[in-house]
Amino acid sequence: MTDAATIQETRQRRWAYALLAPSAFWYLALLILPLIVVMVYSVGERAPTGGYQAAFTFDNYLNLGARWTAFKNTLTLAPAGTLICLLAGYPLAYFLAVKASPKTRLLLLILVIVPFWTSFLIRTYAWMFILGGRGLPQLLDFIGIEGVRFINTPFSVLVGIVYAYLPLMVFPIFVSLEKLDKRLLEASEDLGASPFATFRQVTLPLSAPGVITGCMLVFILLMGEYLIPQMLGGGKVFFIGNALVDLFLQSLNWPFGSACAMALVVIMVVTVTLYLKATRATGGRDVSLV
Amino acid sequence: MAATAPDQTDQGSYDVEFRSVVKHFGDVKAVDDVSFALKRGSFHSFLGPSGCGKTTSLRLIAGFEQPDAGAIEIAGQSVVGVPAYRRPVNMVFQHYALFPHMDVAANVGYGLRQRKPRPSESEVAARVAEALELVRLPQLASRRVWELSGGQQQRVALARALINRPTVLLLDEPLAALDRKLRREMQIELQNLQREVGITFVLVTHDQEEALSMSDTIGIMKDGKVVQFGTPEELYDAPVNRYVADFVGESNFFPGSVASTDREGATLVTASGLTLRAPYSRLGTRLSPGDRGSIAVRPEAIGLWRPTRVPAGLDVTRPARLLNRIYLGDHSEFQIEAEGLGPVLVRLPKSDEAQELEPGDQVVMGWNHERALALGEG
Repeated sequence: MTDAATIQETRQRRWAYALLAPSAFWYLALLILPLIVVMVYSVGERAPTGGYQAAFTFDNYLNLGARWTAFKNTLTLAPAGTLICLLAGYPLAYFLAVKASPKTRLLLLILVIVPFWTSFLIRTYAWMFILGGRGLPQLLDFIGIEGVRFINTPFSVLVGIVYAYLPLMVFPIFVSLEKLDKRLLEASEDLGASPFATFRQVTLPLSAPGVITGCMLVFILLMGEYLIPQMLGGGKVFFIGNALVDLFLQSLNWPFGSACAMALVVIMVVTVTLYLKATRATGGRDVSLV
Repeated sequence: MAATAPDQTDQGSYDVEFRSVVKHFGDVKAVDDVSFALKRGSFHSFLGPSGCGKTTSLRLIAGFEQPDAGAIEIAGQSVVGVPAYRRPVNMVFQHYALFPHMDVAANVGYGLRQRKPRPSESEVAARVAEALELVRLPQLASRRVWELSGGQQQRVALARALINRPTVLLLDEPLAALDRKLRREMQIELQNLQREVGITFVLVTHDQEEALSMSDTIGIMKDGKVVQFGTPEELYDAPVNRYVADFVGESNFFPGSVASTDREGATLVTASGLTLRAPYSRLGTRLSPGDRGSIAVRPEAIGLWRPTRVPAGLDVTRPARLLNRIYLGDHSEFQIEAEGLGPVLVRLPKSDEAQELEPGDQVVMGWNHERALALGEG
């Protein structure tokens, strides 16, 4: 390599660092540092008047079982919500990308986006009314089905989750399906594969990146969800997010809250790593997600 | 139309048969009342400009499209309504359409794995190796398809399409993406391969050289119709009309209106008042006085001389000016401007004394009637 090329390369690298600096600082100040603070708090003690008091104890972690319900709800409803979003979102994404005419596609894409023009809070309030005692249950009552309750059940939380997160699942899958070369589908059919076999062996593996992205996006955000269980789950179906708010703002038990937060981070890192490993293992040579 | 007439007593010898097939897309008639029969084990091409219906015809055979009217038979069986995945036909796609998430072996073995009952993996592996051997790529089985060159991808696509031993192999402009030298190589290889496997090949192309060099029979298409169906020699020597003559090989056309006709040919008067006579093409349409027509003369049928050295006995001679000479190795092409005829292309061998002529020279061009053809428009 010539000297000129080396100088050129150093200069380019310097530029790259300069451009990366703002986001690096952002991450350091708003992610890494707070995480360290939470880590330190989590081995501390609750001050008698609430808040944090320096100590070194693992009691907070040993006590995690006290919030078992929150963990259980999060760890069942977040994967379930992700799965339902996937099952409902994939056909929609497929229709949008493969079957719909350009005109219908645009219209449907707009319809998927339109709800975002209203505040999420207001839309969730709307669901509170729909699922609440004067909403659907009253309607069902009217046609003779009595005693049905939706609000403050896992079901209503799931409804809220699917409603809110479906677009996040649809868009990545739509993008990967739209990029899919439709001639590959003809090639598969030409080689003797029925439409279903073609879907299983060509369409699905080639849309896997979109499926993986969509699932990650929905799952990670769901693990930290607060608003939906708060509003549609009442005090009955709560997530770790609700437990954290309670611990930090009501009981003022910052160390225990920090331990719960750390546990959530660890669970998230582990599940996401396992998921990516599993999809990569099947996503390599002989791609097939089914 | 001059398609090979489907012979009722000899049904078994045709692999593909179209009878009055019609296919519309909206208001456009992509395939308009087309009939032909392709002999078993032959190499057939559909030749024509884009939008002439050749690709639609291929897709009708493959089963990606269904005809609006008419009958399509493959190996004597009607396939109307039969989906692509149940037809004994495989296709090499224009841009190969190899599965990007599979390696070469998985791509080639794909067709076998769709069979019911599914063959054992050891059998698939053996057949894949055999197919890759056939296209001379045995060492690349575990490569990813995007690591391959265009020519290699082409071979993988061929192996993938041949592994199920189809009755008919369809090729949709398979060589269009290759450079000229590689294209020539693949043409020869495709021809050899076709003889080796004995499967009926149907090629779609807009490249006349490709069609002429590889095919046993060619269908020239225009506006959804087959204009002429025949061997390369028939198309070159006996085009049915000007369209075919223009598409197959090169010709100079001198349009005019028909002044008189007889059994052998026609006499035309050009717009500039010249009277030209030529015999009919053997398979061409006959003309009547008053029709529009063209005298077609191949560039190699025209001679070029200095004004003092013109030989005697030529039927047509015109003074002309040499505009340009293009040296092409064993022959040269001359662009000349002939009085009353306009620009004319002449092709002469290296040995011809006209090679000494320079652009700007005054020359005389000429030809004999029997080397020209009187053709109808169309």
